[in-house]
Amino acid sequence: MAGDQPHIIGKDLTMAYGDFLIQENLNFTINRGDVFIIMGGSGCGKSTLLKVMIGLKSPATGDVFYDGKPFWSSREQEQESAKRKFGTLFQSGALWSSMTLAENIGLALQQYTDLGEAEIREVAAYKLMLVGLAGFEDYYPNEISGGMKKRAGLARAMALDPEILFFDEPSAGLDPISAKLLDDLILELRESLGTTVVVVTHELASIFAIGNNSVFLDPVTKTQLATGNPNELRDHHPNFEVRNFLQRGEAEDEAA
Amino acid sequence: MNNATLSVTESNQDVLAVSLSGDWLLGEELPDSGAVLDRLEQTPKPATVTFDSEQLGEWDTGLVKALIAINRGAAANGIEMDTSGLPTGAQRLLALAFAVEERKGARRVFKDKGFLEQVGENVQEGLANARELLTFTGDLVLSCGRFLRRKATYQRSDFWQFIQEAGAEAFPIVSLICFLIGMIFAFVGVMQLNLFGAGIYTADLVAVAMIREMSAIMTGIIMAGRTGAAYAAQIGTMKVNEEVDALTTLGMHPIDYLVTPRVFALIVMMPLLALYGSIMGIIGGALVGIAMLDVTLLQYASQTVESVHLNSLFGGLFKSIVYGILVALAGCQQGMACGNSALAVGQSTTKAVVMGIVLIVVSASILTVIYINLGI
Repeated sequence: MAGDQPHIIGKDLTMAYGDFLIQENLNFTINRGDVFIIMGGSGCGKSTLLKVMIGLKSPATGDVFYDGKPFWSSREQEQESAKRKFGTLFQSGALWSSMTLAENIGLALQQYTDLGEAEIREVAAYKLMLVGLAGFEDYYPNEISGGMKKRAGLARAMALDPEILFFDEPSAGLDPISAKLLDDLILELRESLGTTVVVVTHELASIFAIGNNSVFLDPVTKTQLATGNPNELRDHHPNFEVRNFLQRGEAEDEAA
Repeated sequence: MNNATLSVTESNQDVLAVSLSGDWLLGEELPDSGAVLDRLEQTPKPATVTFDSEQLGEWDTGLVKALIAINRGAAANGIEMDTSGLPTGAQRLLALAFAVEERKGARRVFKDKGFLEQVGENVQEGLANARELLTFTGDLVLSCGRFLRRKATYQRSDFWQFIQEAGAEAFPIVSLICFLIGMIFAFVGVMQLNLFGAGIYTADLVAVAMIREMSAIMTGIIMAGRTGAAYAAQIGTMKVNEEVDALTTLGMHPIDYLVTPRVFALIVMMPLLALYGSIMGIIGGALVGIAMLDVTLLQYASQTVESVHLNSLFGGLFKSIVYGILVALAGCQQGMACGNSALAVGQSTTKAVVMGIVLIVVSASILTVIYINLGI
């Protein structure tokens, strides 16, 4: 891959809803071409961190830097143009239900490019082919299955050839085989497009299969316990909680 | 079926032996474990509680529930509980129930709020809602500016769909309601005005009432229930499904995309519906008037035409536009403020309708006062 070139840097991030603290002092670096996993137990603020990274929720303190440029302290127009380099797959797909799949994918193209209608449709068809949904251009989201919705959501996320793809729990609600296929797809896209990928998940199988960098959020201490390659964290991290999580609650507590 | 019994014996000072017998099944009559709990409070306290379940028949949650109460009582008084006399299943369930300690602060404490505190909280909530509505209105005004300058992004097809839903599809209900309202007005007019021999002025009453006030208000209320509710539910569901977030992450304004086209659909369709409603009301009134009064259609029609001034017509149409904006505003604002559950969608739909109707009636009163002062 492109090597160790920092693409996204999270610096001193603190997230809170009103007075309710979610996570504090988060610091991590994501290199270009990384598959970065945001992991941790249920309710630790994984999805909130994702929302901060994609510009949906502002952090209480700290900032996220894309290519060295701060996101939250920049002006709205710069934020908008930064967002255009993101593609996001939401947990349930979040396809716009009043539009066909082709229209879902085409909306961003119509908005941000000068392509004509026919070209947009061609691009949409191509994106659907990439995710294995060739021929489904004219289906509405409620006419396809949950796994297909996720893949269609991925096709929409890739509409503008983003530099960074964000995934919120990609394998949630999928059977193991569909989940595996989605993982393979994520890796394939990373390889062929050179995209940086950020994934929120707690599926261990996915974490080890696709991740090469990660941050581990702890709901008790409300901060990150570890960051780095999940495979190494599993075997060598000094913190018991981290190893225990990655070994499915079967780690031996050396302190005990 | 054996009746469940519980008896307490104290063979020596240190041991409180609880004997259980019979079938301890939930829903059957179970003995009160209060006797054991009371004994645990008294001094001299026993050191341990033991159980004897030789005679115990079938058991289920009914038994474990009582054991948990005893366990809590024992723990609170520093008394040890020896569960070895219990059936193995019950021992394991007890152990499982107490395996994870209650998380500190997890239990919710419901305390009664004082009257003042409650009033204060409601006032604060009301202020917060008002601020939200004001912010939303501001965003909407900016967005309308972009819409008119053709800088807003939205689906043209969506817009036409909204026009159809708020216009053509509302025709039957608007026809029916306005027609009947016209008839009711005419009945009242005929009854009362005939007392003075002024029955023909029923035509004026119906026409002026429908065109100036009633048609716009009735259409507004119908649209609040029909379209305002639909807007709140559509946008609220999109919110729950993260579809609104998906728009935002693409760098698009959700208000441009979702709200403004809906508002403009109502701005365009409401006056047309209100005008149509007035005509239906006048027709309804004419049927009653001609049937009950000694007038011809021509007389009634010319009386109607003479009574209606252009000012009344434009005043009524302007009101209908205001109501349309308010209905769309209430529906869309509630939809955008919707929480993250199915329950929240229902609540925001209800609120949208209530808010829409309240806004219509309040603005109707204000506009009427303004019109009177302007001499319209």
